[in-house]
Amino acid sequence: MIRTREDLRKRTELANEEMASYDCRILVCSGTGCIASGSEKVYDEFLRIAGDTPGVTVEFASHGPEAHLGVKKTGCQGVCELGPLVRIQKGGKVVQYTKVHPSDCQEIFSRSVLGDDVIESLLYKQKGVTYTSPDEIPFIAKQTRIVLENCGKYDSESLDEYLASGGFQAFQKALFEMKPEEIVDEVDRSGLRGRGGGGFPTGRKWKQVARQKEKERYVVCNGDEGDPGAFMDGSVMEGDPYKLIEGMMIAGYAVSSENGYIYVRAEYPMSVARLRHAIAELEDKGLLGDHILGTDFNFHMHINRGAGAFVCGEGSALTASIEGNRGMPRVKPPRTVEKGLWAKPTVLNNVETYANVPKIVLQGADWYRSIGTESSPGTKTFSLTGSIQNTGLIEVPMGTTLREIIFDIGGGMKDGGTFKAVQIGGPSGGCLTKDHLDVPLDFETVKKYGAIVGSGGLVVMDDSTCMVEVARFFMSFTQRESCGKCVPCREGTKRMLEILEKIVGGKGEMEDLDRLEELATMVKSMSLCGLGKSAPLPVLSTLNTFRDEYIEHIVDKKCRAKVCTALRRFVINPEFCRGCGKCAKNCPVGAITGVRKECYHIDNDLCIKCSTCKDNCAFDAIYIEA
Amino acid sequence: MLDECYYKKADEIIAGYGKKPSSLIPIMQDIQAEYRYLPGELLTYVAKQIGISESKAYSVATFYENFSFEEKGKYVIKVCDGTACHVRKSAPILEAFQKELGLSAKKHTTDDMLFTVETVSCLGACGLAPTVMVNEEVHPKMTPEAALDLIHELRGDRND
Repeated sequence: MIRTREDLRKRTELANEEMASYDCRILVCSGTGCIASGSEKVYDEFLRIAGDTPGVTVEFASHGPEAHLGVKKTGCQGVCELGPLVRIQKGGKVVQYTKVHPSDCQEIFSRSVLGDDVIESLLYKQKGVTYTSPDEIPFIAKQTRIVLENCGKYDSESLDEYLASGGFQAFQKALFEMKPEEIVDEVDRSGLRGRGGGGFPTGRKWKQVARQKEKERYVVCNGDEGDPGAFMDGSVMEGDPYKLIEGMMIAGYAVSSENGYIYVRAEYPMSVARLRHAIAELEDKGLLGDHILGTDFNFHMHINRGAGAFVCGEGSALTASIEGNRGMPRVKPPRTVEKGLWAKPTVLNNVETYANVPKIVLQGADWYRSIGTESSPGTKTFSLTGSIQNTGLIEVPMGTTLREIIFDIGGGMKDGGTFKAVQIGGPSGGCLTKDHLDVPLDFETVKKYGAIVGSGGLVVMDDSTCMVEVARFFMSFTQRESCGKCVPCREGTKRMLEILEKIVGGKGEMEDLDRLEELATMVKSMSLCGLGKSAPLPVLSTLNTFRDEYIEHIVDKKCRAKVCTALRRFVINPEFCRGCGKCAKNCPVGAITGVRKECYHIDNDLCIKCSTCKDNCAFDAIYIEA
Repeated sequence: MLDECYYKKADEIIAGYGKKPSSLIPIMQDIQAEYRYLPGELLTYVAKQIGISESKAYSVATFYENFSFEEKGKYVIKVCDGTACHVRKSAPILEAFQKELGLSAKKHTTDDMLFTVETVSCLGACGLAPTVMVNEEVHPKMTPEAALDLIHELRGDRND
């Protein structure tokens, strides 16, 4: 049990000693991405090999004085695309291996763990350069990691490793050296803004809760990361669960709350498991519960799992869901800070926001303000995905440009594609194009261009993406996820989707564009909650930047990216066609005619674009005309 | 009428969360995790036990996409259609599953109760798009061909 500050100091000292005693640590990435690539088998294999090698004391649990070697599961190491990722750490020297197969483990163990050799073939390579240390890899070197600092370095399931990484120093400082008001002030002065997308000043929110008359208050964490294409919060919850909890505990102390709730998306089973593990361990050690570290501060943590409703990412819907109700937003005011969970004053912040708090308390507001921009201090995590060379989890100072993110960190486009646009902010956001490559990404600037920073999904698109189809995709998402409470959102998104489907289906008219804009403006201004208010943004943004593509779909009945099925034209190349007649025989609608041993012909008015002919042509003679 | 053991299991689950209205969602989640669906009679029972009306319980259960009153297959295959997966062509993967298993947008579960195919908005493994989740295991970098291999593999493990 850790009952006093002195107990915690001793425990931390032991954890530090233990960390220093390792001769070598094998760090196996256990983020969702790497586990999907098979990292658990790699971990098991290392354990097996380590156990089988005589002369090496292997240390699995977190005690034992003669520990030499540690095999650890860490949070996301970043370059998800190249998983399973493994780091071999000896003192300050770290080697990053990529695409590690269980069959590689023996060689790594013999050459890099027992020996000091580096296995060239497993190293990270980019543009002809090979990188040994993770910190040299451009993808990582160009990032500034505060929230993700521990991800990939420490065992995400061990309190001792968290303590050794400096964990709970901020909480101690807050609890013993600061008054609650001072903490709120510090967070306020740091300029930290809500990382869930809204960008509301966190300190101001805390102040509002702190000054409520009602004494029963709640601290709630929004881990319902529903934006398709975003996985930053999931990575923090599973990669550094203790940090999130520490941030919430500080918030609890600052606003005099005794209960914290984390609402986690149902699709993140690993986040739930790691958070549960962390909470159980903290309760067991006495760091959560009553009279924490011998003080009057009591704090209890609860986990609620989402049940597949995107709208629950909205504050009042989220608290309704925790209370056991349908997750539907309500009219505000009263706001969540006044009447949130159980109609009590509630601090509701996002995962990344809380994860920023310990560092701010420990290093001060001035330090935090030195990173990022004047109006948006600090860093932002993004999940970088789509048609880009290096997909993965990144953290950069606010104000970094898209060019730096896509070309320096992301390594440029995949398969030599041409950059077309980046979708930022998910279904509530918009598109930025090559004209915006040098725009600094911060809350205000991005908004100026009709998009939002949002929670941090960055989906990079190349020439093979149809922007009209992307708009339809997002609209079908928000339409499906509309809770149905208010008419503008429920009916408006439905009608907008119908128009978009008509356009990608080749039946659009020019008037549809005006109708779309009119509906979009209505939905945006009349909807009850953020979901509806932002639902038209992808449409408005693409209409604004890629209007010519809409017009092409409507007037020329052409989709230049060859994505929209209804607008495809299947054509037979006479140079390759041998006149075998297989296509005509297979065509389900009899759209192909011809004479044997001569070039066949497809009647595109009859054609249903099923692609059977193309898929089965032995001579690759059939192609799609844009 | 459900077998007695269903109610026993429900009692156990209810005891874990306490007889209060706010326990409804976690109780339903655990029941569904146990039986792969939410038996209607059991929901009625739970409502009574935790002190809410039957209509309230149903209104909540039908609001959330995760709850299903229909029995699901042994393998629930969730094809991710999040933005990153969509951009990296997830649609043909869904088609491949549906075609192989004779399923459609309306029919989600095979008659032998082995497979259920659904889409999901994002699995959070976007770096490895397109992805598919079978029960709780994520499969990265899928292709229509890999989808067929996966089905064969899963069918195989029923026999051993």
